[in-house]
Amino acid sequence: MIAQQLLNGLFLGAVYALFAVGYTLVFGVLDILNLAHAAIFTAAAFAAFSLASMGVPIPLALLAAAVMAGIMGILLDRVAFAPLRARNAGTLVPLISSIGVAIVIGAVLRGIYGVDERHFAIGGAAAAPVIHLGTVRFTTVELLIFLSAIALMLVLGWILRATALGRSIRAVAEDRVAAALLGVDLERTIGATFFIASSLGGAAGVLTGLEYNSATIDMGGPIELKGLAVIILGGMGSVTGAVAGGFILGAVETLAIAFGLSAWRDAILFGVMFLLLVARPTGLFGKRTLRAA
Amino acid sequence: MALLEVDGLKAGYGRIEVLHGISLRLEPHALCAIVGANGAGKTTLLMTLSRLVPIRAGHVRFDGRDVTRVRPHQLVRAGLVHVPEGRRMLAQMSVEENLLVAAAAQPSAATAAHIRELYERFPILGTRRSLPAGSLSGGEQQMLAIARALVARPKALLLDEPSMGLAPKLVEQIFEIIAAERARGTSILLVEQNARKALALADYAYVLERGAIALEGKGVDLLGRDEIVAAYLGVTPATS
Repeated sequence: MIAQQLLNGLFLGAVYALFAVGYTLVFGVLDILNLAHAAIFTAAAFAAFSLASMGVPIPLALLAAAVMAGIMGILLDRVAFAPLRARNAGTLVPLISSIGVAIVIGAVLRGIYGVDERHFAIGGAAAAPVIHLGTVRFTTVELLIFLSAIALMLVLGWILRATALGRSIRAVAEDRVAAALLGVDLERTIGATFFIASSLGGAAGVLTGLEYNSATIDMGGPIELKGLAVIILGGMGSVTGAVAGGFILGAVETLAIAFGLSAWRDAILFGVMFLLLVARPTGLFGKRTLRAA
Repeated sequence: MALLEVDGLKAGYGRIEVLHGISLRLEPHALCAIVGANGAGKTTLLMTLSRLVPIRAGHVRFDGRDVTRVRPHQLVRAGLVHVPEGRRMLAQMSVEENLLVAAAAQPSAATAAHIRELYERFPILGTRRSLPAGSLSGGEQQMLAIARALVARPKALLLDEPSMGLAPKLVEQIFEIIAAERARGTSILLVEQNARKALALADYAYVLERGAIALEGKGVDLLGRDEIVAAYLGVTPATS
């Protein structure tokens, strides 16, 4: 019973983590919260749904939706952030402009898809063949969702650690001025960061859609708040922290349900977060100290 | 023809203008010092030359080309590289990664060999290559800051207070590195708090006062004038 719930937590946590790494990556590089991340998450889920309903195989639809989300990320940066960056607008104004973009994306989706829930033809995780492994059971779709999320996070880790682009992203995250003086093209690196972050957020949206076999206009709401909790818990800007935070969140949530406390789920969740932050105010992997005002 | 020519440069932050029309020349293979009191605008001048502070008026030519309207990374590619005040290490990244970030920004592919060459020139960096740059001592960090700039094979280096916060022995070492780089043919624009040392080394020098050039001349000439040393450089001849 506990093993089954921990496994469920792992599956849930992987998608939370995937959403949160994109969120935290943008924060790490630009010190801004991108509140359109959840809107791109939703848009990608709908795009994958549309492709799947046209007969495109699910893995291909996932990939295409993720790329589309990445391109949306670049556009988002050009529209909502780059003009403000050029004027040194600080970190609060971009927050507002990203909310504006989120509202626009939501309205466009509502215009295209209406307000009804959409379902994938394959029937989602619950309808898929079940695998029994000792005392636990899970479906093939759940497994694929989990493996996709893990694979994408490993690719991100590899890009950040071992490629020239990844080093440039980390350099800009650490000290934008130093990076520019070393010859790093800031605008190009920030654009690439948005592409990567948004495609991961988009992939999380498609996987969430598959998990519940539904895409809805407001599916981004809960994960937006949870994603925020995850990246605060993990340490703002820390990718490792976002992964750890995502899994902690998934585990706490499923365990709360397992112990019959599903009504208290969010209270327990934020209680745990509160306690962890009292112990470590910068989050689990947060290195940066609070800035002087 | 001068390698770097600055004419009537104006720049500032918000509503405050800091530089009120600076003109200067940096000749090929020369070392040019900029001295002046705190707040005179020395760092702003270098930050403007590397475009991290926008130019409001004036013109900059580098290596025969008008570079008034280029972006910071394009200047690095053109061979004008700025080593900033306070060294600005990528502290969480390793020594090698600091060099690789600079290398990745270069169009040429021969950078691996070049980084090996830099390790030979600065052996201490070679032995520390996998350590986080933030764990280096002040002198080692300054060395890395300079080595990082040399990855781009600059024609001109802008050095902002390279001796700041270093023990006298290390200051000597940094100045030796600067002299060696100049002997290799790199032009150097040096901003230094340690004005006496900078003037002694410089072919030509500018004294910056409240955002404008107050005086200019050969380094040794300025150094020979006690009233300049006393008025602008913050040290009286007797105490040094």
